[in-house]
Amino acid sequence: MTVAEEKSQIKEEKSWEPKILAFLCNWCSYAGADLAGISRLQYPPNIRVVRVPCSGRVNPFYLIKALQAGWDGVLVSGCHPGDCHYLSGNLVARRRFAILKDIVEFMGISPGRLNFSWVSAAEGEKFSKVVKEVVEKVKKLGPIRKMVKE
Amino acid sequence: MEKLEKIMQDTAKHFLQEQKVDLIIGYKQGTIPLRTTPCFVTKPEDISQLVWNVCCDHDLTNFLLQPEYKDKKVGIIVKGCDARALVVCMAEGQIERKMVTIIGMPCPGMIDRKRIESELEPKEILVAEITEDQIHLKGKDFEQTLQKDDYIQASCKSCRYNNPPVCDVLIGGQPIELSFNDDLDEKLAELEAKSPDERWTYFTTLLSDCIRCYACRNACPLCYCKECFVDQTQPQWVGKTTNISDIMFYHMIRAFHVAGRCVECGACTRACPMNIDLRLITRKLQNIVKDRYGFEAGLDPNVPPPMGTHTMEDPQEFITEPE
Ligand code: SF4
Ligand code: SF4
Ligand code: FES
Repeated sequence: MTVAEEKSQIKEEKSWEPKILAFLCNWCSYAGADLAGISRLQYPPNIRVVRVPCSGRVNPFYLIKALQAGWDGVLVSGCHPGDCHYLSGNLVARRRFAILKDIVEFMGISPGRLNFSWVSAAEGEKFSKVVKEVVEKVKKLGPIRKMVKE
Repeated sequence: MEKLEKIMQDTAKHFLQEQKVDLIIGYKQGTIPLRTTPCFVTKPEDISQLVWNVCCDHDLTNFLLQPEYKDKKVGIIVKGCDARALVVCMAEGQIERKMVTIIGMPCPGMIDRKRIESELEPKEILVAEITEDQIHLKGKDFEQTLQKDDYIQASCKSCRYNNPPVCDVLIGGQPIELSFNDDLDEKLAELEAKSPDERWTYFTTLLSDCIRCYACRNACPLCYCKECFVDQTQPQWVGKTTNISDIMFYHMIRAFHVAGRCVECGACTRACPMNIDLRLITRKLQNIVKDRYGFEAGLDPNVPPPMGTHTMEDPQEFITEPE
């Protein structure tokens, strides 16, 4: 690495902002995010949203693939337990994510990269808080290096 | 073990004669020493082919998933781990309990043929004789006696269910208690106490040898999907290279797919041509489902697998809840 390259990298790291991929359930968290927007609530602009029909639709592949593609963190947000539009999609998802997170973190991915939350369509404020918290957490961890495929 | 072999043969013969089963799936002597091979007995007079010794390490339950055995009444010889794998398949609706007669063997631990062979290299074993606690080997210009307990497979040393937890008949009627020195739990605790970065280094080092041959998946009695995620190309989620990121991806998802189903039979570790020890991962899986859902795989065919069920009260301490 030349000195110039090194300098530019240091500069890059200083101005680094985490990129977070958010999978939001169409029936709740997506609407919650919308509400946060309509209510003009501030939240960090670091998330990119993928709308999914249900948190149960989120396959673990998506999450690991996101890390592999260089996303610094992932958030999955669905309806509160008991409120799933498809009755139990989020309950299935809850077990799935718990186990996936345990495995992935056991194998060395730092806690904080994979995040999960329940946000209803009426919880615009909660949505903005969740995003803030997740962004904070990922910021502390720094850019993802481990799973990234070079 | 010879005594048990005799009882096993008699029991199997009896089942065939009574027509309780159409066929017995068991082990017979392989063509090379220290090896057994699957054996299918349909006639009572052929029963003497069946053997039972410390080389019966493979799991025969896979055969029951094949279409040709689906509607046959099968008697199957199982060790503790095999019985558990069978139970998982039953709990998942792959095998019907009433079609199978489970002939359980109390397992004393199987021996590690690969290690014996590699230690003797380049000498070739031509004859092997196994007694209660010794292995006598003969080759062209050598003769050697090994202590059986020194060559027990690693996965058998860390085994927790060597006696079939579910079976129709336990051969010999007496469970065997294993007393091998094993430090898998200590090793796991040590690894868990380390930082994520150290664990990442541990696993990337361990798995960097992986050549993605998928022998671990093929050997697994519970990997019965017709199309595995690693073979899917549309879309292709997991890269097919031996880039460490792809390797970790594969092993994370493989672990995820057997979570709550893995019975720690050790077949994956045994099958690996690169000698990668996957036992810390499989032991961790047991602990994860036990801690979270109080579940142990392969103990009861009537209990649904943890990933196939859920409750409102499932633990969710990992959910982000801002104040
Ligand atoms: S993952 Fe390995 S130890 Fe677990 S059931 Fe499959 S082959 Fe056996
Ligand atoms: S058997 Fe070993 S080398 Fe082959 S895919 Fe599994 S871990 Fe990798
Ligand atoms: S519909 Fe929102 S989580 Fe299932």
